[in-house]
Amino acid sequence: MSDKTEKTYLFDNPRNVDRLLKGFYAVCVFLAVFDLFVHRHIYMDWENIPAFYAIYGFVACVALVLMAKVLRKLVMRKEDYYDE
Amino acid sequence: MSELSPFLIYFLASLLVLASPAMIRNALLLATPVLAALHLFFNIEPGMTASYTVLEFEMVYLRADKLSLLFAYLFTLASFISTVFALHVKDVRQQVAGLIYAGSALGAVFAGDFLTLFIFWELLAISSVFLIWARDTERALNAGMRYLVFQVLSGVLLLAGALLHYQETGSLMFDHVGLNGLAGWLVFIAFGIKSAFPFLHSWLTDGYPEATPTGTVYLSAFTTKVAVYSLARGFAGEEILVYIGVTMACFPIFYAVIENDLRKVLAYSLINQVGFMVTGIGIGTALSLNGAVAHAFSDVIFKGLLFMSMGAVLFRVGHVNGSDLGGLYKTMPKTTGLCIVGAMSISAFPLFSGFVSKSMVMSAMLMENYDYLWLFMLFASAGVFHHAGIKIPYFAFFAHDSGLRPQEAPLNMLVAMALAAFVCLFIGSQPQYLYALLPWEVDYWPYDLTHVLTQTQLLFFSALAFVWLNKQGLYPPELHSTNLDAEWVYRKFLPAGVQRGLAFAHNAKKSTVAATVVHMNSIRRSLSESSIAKYNLSESWPTGSMVLWISFTLVAYLLLDIFIYK
Repeated sequence: MSDKTEKTYLFDNPRNVDRLLKGFYAVCVFLAVFDLFVHRHIYMDWENIPAFYAIYGFVACVALVLMAKVLRKLVMRKEDYYDE
Repeated sequence: MSELSPFLIYFLASLLVLASPAMIRNALLLATPVLAALHLFFNIEPGMTASYTVLEFEMVYLRADKLSLLFAYLFTLASFISTVFALHVKDVRQQVAGLIYAGSALGAVFAGDFLTLFIFWELLAISSVFLIWARDTERALNAGMRYLVFQVLSGVLLLAGALLHYQETGSLMFDHVGLNGLAGWLVFIAFGIKSAFPFLHSWLTDGYPEATPTGTVYLSAFTTKVAVYSLARGFAGEEILVYIGVTMACFPIFYAVIENDLRKVLAYSLINQVGFMVTGIGIGTALSLNGAVAHAFSDVIFKGLLFMSMGAVLFRVGHVNGSDLGGLYKTMPKTTGLCIVGAMSISAFPLFSGFVSKSMVMSAMLMENYDYLWLFMLFASAGVFHHAGIKIPYFAFFAHDSGLRPQEAPLNMLVAMALAAFVCLFIGSQPQYLYALLPWEVDYWPYDLTHVLTQTQLLFFSALAFVWLNKQGLYPPELHSTNLDAEWVYRKFLPAGVQRGLAFAHNAKKSTVAATVVHMNSIRRSLSESSIAKYNLSESWPTGSMVLWISFTLVAYLLLDIFIYK
């Protein structure tokens, strides 16, 4: 309360960010491990891979972002490109 | 009275709004969707039809069945939420345009024949463009013009297709059309433009981000969903739609990742979501068709919610560039929370609306053995969480602190967003009420261990990818930029081509004239020096040239006679 010019907010404190991320990692680990102990319905062969959806989600998003960076090289122009 | 089509309520209200003083306008605006909803609920039942005859044509202005009623409920709800969101707007232009636009959407889904459909199809185009123009910037004016050209073109194709269809079948009734013959294809492309098929989509990503903060909320609700309805009625089970739908679900997410204007990100994700609906329509089973229309229902509400949250930011900050936002959660916590509800709904988290509708399309794909395409759709599902679920709330409200401390959104905006958020959660947790409205008979329940676990895994690990990429510094930063898309063809390539063509023609003319003058002068000189110059006939040019032209004409007649009239 000593600093009157600016209130500190939830994520101004790095420890809160840290806590949020740790909780998030814990849920990810839980979901991956849980997958090994339950029986899922299988509709197609790929789904037999343990934690298939977790792996697919991670790989898909990394691939998406890396491909989007390549796309940026191809299509990115200046903001006023069409105004010239 | 019970056979009154609900669009009339909206059209009458728009006249009243024009004539009434500012004091009672808001009351009128709010009463309209409520009245329409009551009328729909109490008076209109599946199986009702009403028409009148013009010349020899039967104009069916009311054809109620479960399909058209589902969309009618949706449009009334969407127009109510959008009206609340726009309640602070004093611009009569936008109020009237909003009413006619929503009314036309209702008119279109109840239209039983092609002519009636065409009329509302064009009214949708003409009324909606005012929501873009009302931004009153030159950019918006130009974008609106381009938007209008596409929309009107779609209408013209629809009319041409409908007339051909009439010639072939002798009927103008709008039922299953199918892709046999030119008529079917014309109607298909007309619907395709309005539902933003790949390469025909740029009116959407070009126009929507230029509309007013409240206008985009209206725009996102009606045009594409009327098109989805029309595809479901006219082209259910056409396999080409599966491939088109998968393309629509996949390509926009790449653009969405690199786009800086957050409303344009949402425009791309709108195409991505319509891709799921189009795929469902293409598969054509009861489950997939139900999934398609159920997803249209969820999408209007959660996409509306996301556009509203970005509209609120635009209203308070003046722009929605990801590169210049961040840290807004500090002063707009309610908008932040409501935006996150929309983000979780579009990402299809269990208990949110996207989950109960999208999973129907995904399940239907597996049942019909579209295994590889299903993998693409799973990729698109992960991608939508990435760009709409995380990127929108993260870059607007968290990320780095931009130093902006805008006020919380006005009360009417918060109420509208809260309403939409409630509907998202209600549909997501109590899907039986939405399922009861679905047109086809099917027994489906989304909540079992497999679905919930796999979807949660997919989403959490997509989020993990976002966190990892950010920590590694691999995530592409938000940059001020323009990304080339299909509109490049008509905004840059064709104009540049025409300009180059004109310049070429101009130069060609100049050099031809110069060469001819030089040549003529040398002929004239040699003539005057030759012995012919002594003849009277060539003493003065007029007579000389007259003789020359007469002989040319005679030769031309001769040639015509030989080659054409022989």
